[in-house]
Amino acid sequence: MKTATACRFDIDGEMTIYTAADTKARLMPLLAQCPVLEIDLSKVSEMDSAGLQLLILAKRECAQRNGDLRLTGHSPAVLEILDLCNMMPYFGDPVVISSQAH
Amino acid sequence: MNMDQVLQTFIVESRELLQDMEASLLRIESETEQSESINAIFRAAHTIKGSAGLFGLDDIVAFTHVLESVLDKVRNNELEIVSDLVALFLLCGDHMALLIDHVESRADALDVDKLQAGASLLEKLSIYLAAQPVAAPQSAMAAAHEPRVETTGGGLVDNDNWHISLRFGRDVLRNGMDPLSFFRYLGTLGEIIGITTLVDAIPTAEDMDAESCYLGYEINFKSEADKVVIEGVFEFVRDDCVLHILPPHSRMGDFVQMLSDLPEEDLLLGEMLVRCGTLTRHELAQVLAIQAQDSVSHDDTTGEPQKPLGEIAVAQRMVQPEVVEAALEKQKQVKDSKAKQQQLVRVDAEKLDQLINLIGELVIAGAGVNILARRNGQTALLEAVSTLSRMVEEVRDSALSMRMVQIGETFNRFQRVVRDVSKELGKDIVLSISGAETELDKTVVEKIGDPLTHLVRNSMDHGIENAELRTERGKPAQGTVRLNAYHESGSIVIEVSDDGGGLNAERILAKAIEKGVVAPTQSLTEQEIFKLIFEAGFSTADKVSNISGRGVGMDVVRRNIEALRGTIEITSQYTVGTTMRIRLPLTLAIIDGFLVAVGKSSFVIPLDMVVECVEMSDQDRQALQERNYVNLRNEVLPFIRLRNLFEVEGEAPRRENIVVVQYAGQKAGLVVDGLLGEFQTVIKPLGSLFQHLQGIGGSTILGSGEVALILDVPSLVQKVVQAEMVPTV
Repeated sequence: MKTATACRFDIDGEMTIYTAADTKARLMPLLAQCPVLEIDLSKVSEMDSAGLQLLILAKRECAQRNGDLRLTGHSPAVLEILDLCNMMPYFGDPVVISSQAH
Repeated sequence: MNMDQVLQTFIVESRELLQDMEASLLRIESETEQSESINAIFRAAHTIKGSAGLFGLDDIVAFTHVLESVLDKVRNNELEIVSDLVALFLLCGDHMALLIDHVESRADALDVDKLQAGASLLEKLSIYLAAQPVAAPQSAMAAAHEPRVETTGGGLVDNDNWHISLRFGRDVLRNGMDPLSFFRYLGTLGEIIGITTLVDAIPTAEDMDAESCYLGYEINFKSEADKVVIEGVFEFVRDDCVLHILPPHSRMGDFVQMLSDLPEEDLLLGEMLVRCGTLTRHELAQVLAIQAQDSVSHDDTTGEPQKPLGEIAVAQRMVQPEVVEAALEKQKQVKDSKAKQQQLVRVDAEKLDQLINLIGELVIAGAGVNILARRNGQTALLEAVSTLSRMVEEVRDSALSMRMVQIGETFNRFQRVVRDVSKELGKDIVLSISGAETELDKTVVEKIGDPLTHLVRNSMDHGIENAELRTERGKPAQGTVRLNAYHESGSIVIEVSDDGGGLNAERILAKAIEKGVVAPTQSLTEQEIFKLIFEAGFSTADKVSNISGRGVGMDVVRRNIEALRGTIEITSQYTVGTTMRIRLPLTLAIIDGFLVAVGKSSFVIPLDMVVECVEMSDQDRQALQERNYVNLRNEVLPFIRLRNLFEVEGEAPRRENIVVVQYAGQKAGLVVDGLLGEFQTVIKPLGSLFQHLQGIGGSTILGSGEVALILDVPSLVQKVVQAEMVPTV
């Protein structure tokens, strides 16, 4: 089911506070429709906390609907941010809070 | 920010701090109220450690940390300041200076010798720390980890990193701030070991405002920076976020309080702390247990996990008063040093030189305007020009005074030298300093340090006798070396004197004859004999010690001082003492000059050295052929004719003048054609071709564009006086 119904969403350019409201508006309908969403991040030139929040929100929304969010083609800007706040495992794992508990 | 520049600042500041530390150490033994000095020493070590941490200079951090631990014991009155300890601290200070030099030189690795020296110092320090377990010194040498001296048991958390807990306010993003940028900056202060993002505050998609910030972070942060610095990172969002910073090895109780202060569920948050490495699982269990206990004992509704525990923790004095005290102390220190910094502005010496250069040009240009205005004769213009000249003069003076520093700092460094050398020699010698507030040019100060050191060591080694001989001669057993400075006619005089054995003129002469420096038939004045000790390879010491006596020092001293256009003279009385008097020009750049004319040439005489001008009487002119001195108010005044000396063409005019100059207590007359008056002069060095020219100190450019030569009065006076003493055949 994952592969078949995957919707694609491209983010081009900034993913910052300036575009956050707009991006969210475009993202919301997709989240409602598609259980499996693939976001292409290859063209993201810049990202800040607002952009990160949106990705987290999307991830959580999908998970709540038993869906899946896949992020593909992370651009360097995205990678840097995810690395900085150690969010790779969060997105890389379908569990909301990855359990590294010993 | 340019890191190189910052590092340079660190090096400069560290050296200053080390100097302060040394001064305090030298002072401390004689003080009755020591706490201030102890604090100053501690502060110096602490600040250097902190700054070194910022640059990742692990060697310095590791070493200083141990030193700081010992100092801390001293500060807490657990250790008493004794002479041995002071000596050890002094050595540690030296080692730190060495490490800092090493940073500056950018060499890759320290020499083995230095490493060993550092290790042995650490070993000695650790003896004082014996009450507490100290990590093996070699780990400090490896510099990978600083030795840990804190106890890790008890209620402390076994984690030597900071923990920062952040909950950003909703409006942070809207206010143009990005939380992530703070982490990037934080990364420059240390290393972010672990970071966990808290996302649970994000509301459901419908309620979420994309422009609000819902994020929180738990950060495990390794840094040598102090709390104020770390807090400073978040300065801009201070009002807009909930910030908790827990220092390394915080009490469990502090974590309990933090957990209860934060909105998240305690267990979840606890997990976060474990995940970013701040707490171990075991510690988390303990923290939660303490918290549960509090709930039970202080709250009836024990079943409620959400119960805010903040008040309880405070009521139970979970927050250790010492921690608060330490934080306050730290803040005060930072404030103190900031206040001090605001009073001083660091300026690149090069910029200052450039300014002085420009002012020099301004002075020349001003002189040009002055000449034109006078030729023009307009009263209004003349007035304006004279105001301008006065301003230029003031600007010049204040620019020059910027370069002036008190010699006291240089003098104070000798406290250490005297202390060390007297220990080495086994003599009891004190240093007495006077005239410390005398000012002189910074470049001169920098260059005078080495010659002074030589002279002081020499006085201590050769000058001061051993205790037996002193008592025999009826002197106090404790010898005294005196440093003194004062201004005298445009020069600064620095004296190094001792109450020691004095110079034995006979023995010096005998040695000189033996070495073939002087012929046995030559007859020398006492002054000249004393000057022999400045000859290369000359030493009268019976045995060569490692301090002096090799006959290398004194001729180097003389050459150094001559390079500064200075002179050195010796007065000494056998068995009573010796005084070495160094005379140096106050500044090297601009002087007030007195312009005189000989034929068509102009010469400048430094105004400070001019005593008076007298017209040459006919009587003197008559007598001129037979003798080269005049009678000045019943005083014999030797003189020299500049016309003859410089072989100026043309006949002498009918009227001639004598400019009476004085240097080093000796007067001489210079015969010139005309007196042109005062003139501000920028000294331009002569080309290397003319460097050995006698009687000329430099050149300058007049307002008219002509070149005038500046007379080297000291050498002229000497020439005149000598010529007078040894009659020409």
